[in-house]
Amino acid sequence: MTTATAVLEEPTTADGEDIPVPPGAARVLLRSLLGPHRRRVIVAMLMILVQQAALQSGPLLVAVAIDRGIPALRHHDSGPLIAVTAGYLGCAALSTLLQRSFIRVTGLLNQDILLELRTRIFRHAQLLGLDFHERYTSGRIISRATSDVDALRELLNEGLQELLSVVLSVFYIAVILLVMDWRLGLISLASFLPMYLLVRMFRRRSGRVYRRGRTAVASVIVRFTETMNGIRPVQAFRREAANTAAFDEVNRQYAVSNADGLLEMARYVAFSRAAANVWITGVVLVGAYLVTDGSLELGILTGFVLYLRRLYDPIDQLAMFLNSYQSAHAALEKIAGLLAHQPSIAEPTTPVALPAATGKGREVVFDDVRFAYRTGKEVLPPFDLVLASGRTTAVVGATGAGKSTLAKLLARFYDPTSGRITLDGVDLRDLTGAELRRGVVMVTQESFLFSGTVAENIAIGRPGASRAEVEEAARAIGAYEFIAALPDGFDTDVRKRGGRISAGQRQLVAFARALLADPAVLILDEATSSLDIPGEQAVQRAMQTVLSGRTAVIIAHRLSTVEIADRVLVMESGRIVEDGTPADLITGTGRFATLHTAWRESLV
Amino acid sequence: MDENQNPRSPAPAVAPTRSTVRSLLRLRTYARPIRWYLTGSVASAMVASSTVLVVPLVLGRIVDGPIAHHDLGALWPLVALLLVLGLAEAGLFGLRRVLVARPLSRVEATMRGDLYGKLQRLPVSFHDRWPSGQLLSRATSDMYTLRLFLAFPLVFLVVNSLMFLAGTALMFALDWRLGLIAMGPAVPLIVLCHYFESRYSSAARTAQDQNGDLATVLEESVLGIRILKSFGRQRTMAQRFGAQAERLRGTELHKARMLANLWAVIVGLPEVALGCSLAVGAVLVAHDEMTAGTLVAFLSTALALRWPVESMGWLLAYSNEAGTAADRFFEVMDTPEEEDGHGTAAEPNGDGIRFTGVRFRYPDAPADSPDLLQGIDLHIRRGETMALVGATGSGKTTLTALIPRLYDATEGTITVDGRDIRTLSRARLREVVAVAFEEPTLFSATVRENVLMGAPDAPQAALDRALSTAQAGFVQQLPHGVDTEVGEQGLSLSGGQRQRLALARAVVGDPEFLVLDDPLSALDVHTEALVEQALREVLGTTTALVVAHRPSTVMLADRVAVLDEGRILAVGTHHDLLESCPAYRELMSGHSALEESVAR
Repeated sequence: MTTATAVLEEPTTADGEDIPVPPGAARVLLRSLLGPHRRRVIVAMLMILVQQAALQSGPLLVAVAIDRGIPALRHHDSGPLIAVTAGYLGCAALSTLLQRSFIRVTGLLNQDILLELRTRIFRHAQLLGLDFHERYTSGRIISRATSDVDALRELLNEGLQELLSVVLSVFYIAVILLVMDWRLGLISLASFLPMYLLVRMFRRRSGRVYRRGRTAVASVIVRFTETMNGIRPVQAFRREAANTAAFDEVNRQYAVSNADGLLEMARYVAFSRAAANVWITGVVLVGAYLVTDGSLELGILTGFVLYLRRLYDPIDQLAMFLNSYQSAHAALEKIAGLLAHQPSIAEPTTPVALPAATGKGREVVFDDVRFAYRTGKEVLPPFDLVLASGRTTAVVGATGAGKSTLAKLLARFYDPTSGRITLDGVDLRDLTGAELRRGVVMVTQESFLFSGTVAENIAIGRPGASRAEVEEAARAIGAYEFIAALPDGFDTDVRKRGGRISAGQRQLVAFARALLADPAVLILDEATSSLDIPGEQAVQRAMQTVLSGRTAVIIAHRLSTVEIADRVLVMESGRIVEDGTPADLITGTGRFATLHTAWRESLV
Repeated sequence: MDENQNPRSPAPAVAPTRSTVRSLLRLRTYARPIRWYLTGSVASAMVASSTVLVVPLVLGRIVDGPIAHHDLGALWPLVALLLVLGLAEAGLFGLRRVLVARPLSRVEATMRGDLYGKLQRLPVSFHDRWPSGQLLSRATSDMYTLRLFLAFPLVFLVVNSLMFLAGTALMFALDWRLGLIAMGPAVPLIVLCHYFESRYSSAARTAQDQNGDLATVLEESVLGIRILKSFGRQRTMAQRFGAQAERLRGTELHKARMLANLWAVIVGLPEVALGCSLAVGAVLVAHDEMTAGTLVAFLSTALALRWPVESMGWLLAYSNEAGTAADRFFEVMDTPEEEDGHGTAAEPNGDGIRFTGVRFRYPDAPADSPDLLQGIDLHIRRGETMALVGATGSGKTTLTALIPRLYDATEGTITVDGRDIRTLSRARLREVVAVAFEEPTLFSATVRENVLMGAPDAPQAALDRALSTAQAGFVQQLPHGVDTEVGEQGLSLSGGQRQRLALARAVVGDPEFLVLDDPLSALDVHTEALVEQALREVLGTTTALVVAHRPSTVMLADRVAVLDEGRILAVGTHHDLLESCPAYRELMSGHSALEESVAR
């Protein structure tokens, strides 16, 4: 057996995502995000096209002013200079206005893309099955929708504009250079080859670093959220030091990958800047000879050198763009991986509608159902079970006997490995999500409250329910009194002043929520575990009326609940070992009778 | 669900004296250890940038000298100089980045680590108040913003300003008349930037807070996924998320519009000035008051200054974002921590746990609400097990949280073995008091680590004993036994399994004081009976307070205290109370006193 420390040192940063990311997924995702905005992208590009043209004409006009304007002025002809100056001012005004519109258009574009991406991640995460959530961890999903989206935001905010202006200015300058003097122009353009090689090297090297960085930041987020969500046990068990050590480690790894990224960038900037400057010197040298032998005008060389420096100005911008691109690319890959994950619980391609409700619940049939984990471990061996409509069935058995799995199959949190479950004869897999939830609702022992008011939390059961309906549901389950006693009654914000609600009260809220949903089939999975006895009895009294006209499955270890059931199933190691009415089983000699005796004795 | 746009971040209102500069200056504590790297970075950027200014001069020389005079011999030294300058520039720009790459990443990590440490120390009441998404966005997005600020805007604010001054001086030296024209836009630009600063800051802050709210909604939707799925309410949540994201989009667009206007002016005005100086310069050259070389040098200097001026828009915007990010960071860091024990604890006297006149209200409770606990007097004798019963919501959990000082009592004292718990350090107190919460949280760690959290140095035998007390034999069936990773990043266990591990965690170190909050609620009857049997032994050697809902749990206790409306209504043995206390009878049997009298 390994020691505790050895386990502690196991790398915790491994993302553990078993989602294969198809090559190019990030680019496909980016394209699908940009696609609907094609027109706006084109408009933005046109703007920057004209803007760059206006901006780049500066040195050209300077050259004209020197070569034409000044000689003309010496001959008392101010026309050319005035024309050049007016042209310069006109260009300035044009580029200013275009710059402004460009920022506004791209701002709109960026924000629409981010909104779309955030929404997509969110909806997809909500669509994915519980098995996925249990594996992927909440921290990692949060990291995808926050930190990874931030990386794309960075690219959109600065990157795209950089890239567009870099590409365009390089293009313009190249054309101008060739027009001014094709010999020098060709020499200058030859510098693109080393530049290209440097960019390629940088991309390859930094791509690795950034992928590492995205994984590292996700680990940081996972650690962080886990600590903040469990701050009570953290403090009560003096977990702070151990947590800090673990956090420091992931934090350090993140810092290392950040620094590695910055160093790659430094290398790229230094080398490409050096290459550019060597080239400029070469062009000046050649240009000087050409001017000397009279085949080049002085003004042209001046303009040329001015442009040449500008040609390489975008090196830094390009580096910044590549930087944000690499970072965003790594992030998009992660996001694409999440989005590529198919929900294990798929929506039907040809949905079947449930027969009209009869007001008597629905019949549930487990037809040769078997369930095993992905690892192959069998939880429920094949079984058949018919739950008659309108009846209440209690499922009892030790922890781990498979009661919850049975319930989760019925609620379609998982699909059976083989066999089928039908609701009034319709396979659950043929029902749309909305239809299924009108038919089957499950109340779990977890009683998470969402931020918002108590009324809003209950109304999750049926959005659009009136206040009277919400209160009625609370009253039916015995939750009305405590809610009314809260500082703002039903309008008390559960995350704010005085909104502290105990575990038992939260279970009552969960119940009220289920009641409001008014499903044909109601599953209660240990839904009363935190209630005190009067509370539980109140719930039970309410149940008698609430459950009539519904098919109900109650999973409970408190046998008191069982008494209101029409039928009891006793489960052991995934099998149903006893099946009968409560009375039959109590008077029998089976496991239930033993359990029941033990429970009776545990009472007063 | 929540449509009103109330800022979720419970930050204190931004002080009127706040300024971006002041906020950023607070970062100096973190920047100090790397100040030489930063200085080096600024210095190399400055030298590198000055080559940008020198190069046009050399070019001017080449044009006016060797080329104009067709003297190619003189060309070579100047070209060599150009090459050297170029290579130096490249090397220095590289150096600038290399110098700060690791130090800056370390600073970011240090700040994040400090924030994390601080948050772990801040009391539970702080965490009740702050949505964790707000905390997360501070630890990630804001930290990133601050690192980026130290890496680029800070350096370039210095470098570009100096470059701007040097360039201006140079232009004036070349020709003061043209210099004046080129400087024309300075005044309107300064006024505009000032106007822009405050407005952009507040928009940046709003965006950051909304980002945190978005993270909160997201987190809730993931943590509450089972409920959302049960009710098929993914769409409702998605609408809520959409609304929040929409709000953020609105703020970002507002920022973009401001930035667009600023950029337009910052780019446009200098260009106009440049056009004017071109015209005037040409006239001067035509009248032989200036050489063509000087004009070329002037114009290339002016063009070279275009970037430092243009960049001001971006630098200002970024500095504002960094300023508000720093505000958000220090808001948390400035939150006072609760005083730890005074360190003058009395000698333990074996008195057990004693509550004297303890009152409690949550710090954020509305002023008109009564105290949750209204004068608790309770004595749990050394070695005794006391059960605490009370109706749902009567304050039982709150009362137990006071003993390990997860919250501090508003009034009154709590002593353990005669020592006021406020005189003990929290660490020491929590060492002697072990807790099992009703909602068992497991951490991403092995079963072993999760259990031994209660007593890190306990031997294997203690671990085995604790697991068997809690009837957690199921761990042997896990893939790697007690070394199986559980929690958020590991295997997910059922509620009952988690509860048993949490119980094992509480009892593992043979704690002197044990506080169990309804520790068996998720267990089936059979397991519960086994746990109770084993627990009896542990309880025999410790002083314990056990919150109980059921008779079976109450039977573990020597005496029972009944909590009702914030007061201890009665204390006594189970049987005594059944006789004498109708409220207790109701709690235990579920029949109200009224029903009973009717039945009789």
